[in-house]
Amino acid sequence: MSALEVLQAGPGVTVQDGGRPGYMALGLSRGGAADRLALAEGAALLRQPPGTALELAGYGGRFRADVACRIALTGAPMRATLEGAPLTWNASHVLPAGAVLEIGGALSGVYGYLTPGGGFDLPEELGARSAHLNAGLGRLLEAGDRLPLAADKGRETGLTLDPVDRFGGGLLRVLPSLQTGMFPEEMRARFVEERFARDSRGNRMGIRVTPEGEGYGLTEGQSIVSEVITPGDIQIPGDGAPYVLLYECQTTGGYPRIGTVIPADLPRVAQAAPGVELRFRFVSRAEALEAEAGYRRALGAIAVRPLVRDPADMPDLLSHSLISGVTAGEEHS
Amino acid sequence: MTAEPCTDFPRIAPIGLDGVIVQFGPALSEVANRAALAFCAAVERDPPEGVEEVSTSLVSTYLRFDPLFLSLEALRADLDARLTHEDWYAAPLPEGRRLLRIPTVYGGDFGPQLGEAAEAAGLSAEAAQRELSQAQVRVNAIGFAPGQPYLGTLPEAWDIPRQAGLTPKVPEGALVVAIRQFVLFSVSAPTGWRQVGRTAAPLFRPESETPFLLRPGDEVIFDSVPAEAWDRLSDDPKGGVTVEPFA
Repeated sequence: MSALEVLQAGPGVTVQDGGRPGYMALGLSRGGAADRLALAEGAALLRQPPGTALELAGYGGRFRADVACRIALTGAPMRATLEGAPLTWNASHVLPAGAVLEIGGALSGVYGYLTPGGGFDLPEELGARSAHLNAGLGRLLEAGDRLPLAADKGRETGLTLDPVDRFGGGLLRVLPSLQTGMFPEEMRARFVEERFARDSRGNRMGIRVTPEGEGYGLTEGQSIVSEVITPGDIQIPGDGAPYVLLYECQTTGGYPRIGTVIPADLPRVAQAAPGVELRFRFVSRAEALEAEAGYRRALGAIAVRPLVRDPADMPDLLSHSLISGVTAGEEHS
Repeated sequence: MTAEPCTDFPRIAPIGLDGVIVQFGPALSEVANRAALAFCAAVERDPPEGVEEVSTSLVSTYLRFDPLFLSLEALRADLDARLTHEDWYAAPLPEGRRLLRIPTVYGGDFGPQLGEAAEAAGLSAEAAQRELSQAQVRVNAIGFAPGQPYLGTLPEAWDIPRQAGLTPKVPEGALVVAIRQFVLFSVSAPTGWRQVGRTAAPLFRPESETPFLLRPGDEVIFDSVPAEAWDRLSDDPKGGVTVEPFA
């Protein structure tokens, strides 16, 4: 069976998809791609419905397929080459059989995505194929892994798109949550005024952000009853530095929550690299609903256009000729 | 027991853009937990259109919904009507619950803090082990990690605080105790609760036909077995657990 082979993997390469909703009552959170928008962008570039992709946390790796296949590269921009020739990020390409695709570190953002045409032909576990590391579902990929490729009905490649800018932190829209009112007014005012830096601590479960000034710790927070957690929740543990939770978060928690980042801004949370500046702003439910409608429209109608190749760009031309089956050697003979 | 544990409850509160909880009390109590489980089962049987998932925590029923299809106001009105229509604090627990007997090795290497926990509860280690192994407890909620139950309510003496520091790591299957509850760990994790025993119960086996051993509302007895039984239990895919219908 045709497969994508992992020749070398960065420290956080996993198979991801839209996650597995429906298991909250049994303690299993949805999980799935940290940046849902990047998953949708990858699918749009291949003109297929969103399915499975490789999520590359911070760094890609080296990959090779034993048959020619289509791929799309989206999410955090990473330096990518095909047999040494640069490949455009946010675009779809042909990966010729046996050619080596190398993806380096993120230039900005955190999570890059490598989507194969047709997706991966992997068995479902509890209704999805995504790795949920915290639950022990799936695992980090490593050199030698072979991921079976599903049949690809599509043909088109050479498409590109202009991604929504979300790789450099910025403003996060927040709805009040269960304990927002427990935080003194002074703290809530400070929360929307000051700048936070994405801490080095963070993973698919959530990211820690450090305030410029003093923390947001509550003394009475110790006694609140453990309650359901939703992605986007901003928990304040004892040390006063907020944790913004992502899709692979735990299902319940007992730390007070100052608010919840709206779903439309979760890609921006996930893609905030350590050191990047984040700010929070409380919004009304009406504004959050409008943002949600806009986000879903954007997810459903990602505009792609032909990738115009610069003839002066020799390395890219080389990869292009590989695609049409002419070897680089013949091209130069 | 009075029908209303607290006058401010039940109350409905949004969680994020696409969730609400119906809270039945400010802190864990048998009656608030029972109401949450009963209400959840009722909503599950007849969910409002637009509700995508229901779940429970210790004292609440949670509903995730599509906020662009179903407005929070409409959902709130629907839930309010259901809350007015029936006294959920007096509702029986949902049907289909089961009684599980989970063989447990107490004390020693399997429960290194049994003595400490017994002392906090004002009991001898032997009396503590007897009480814990004879208690029939309810799965109040499953949470934090897949298949991981919070069980209660233990006798009054077990209203012991969490320890000040964290145990860096308890093993999978660790049975820990605090605040009149057990937690049975489905993964190896740090905890502030005291480990009194260990089980080989397969709480979460994604590859199995029944990936989750326990469901909210189930009843459990952590029967005491000698340490010599451990090898046999850990070799048994079922961990020696027996399941029977209940109520």
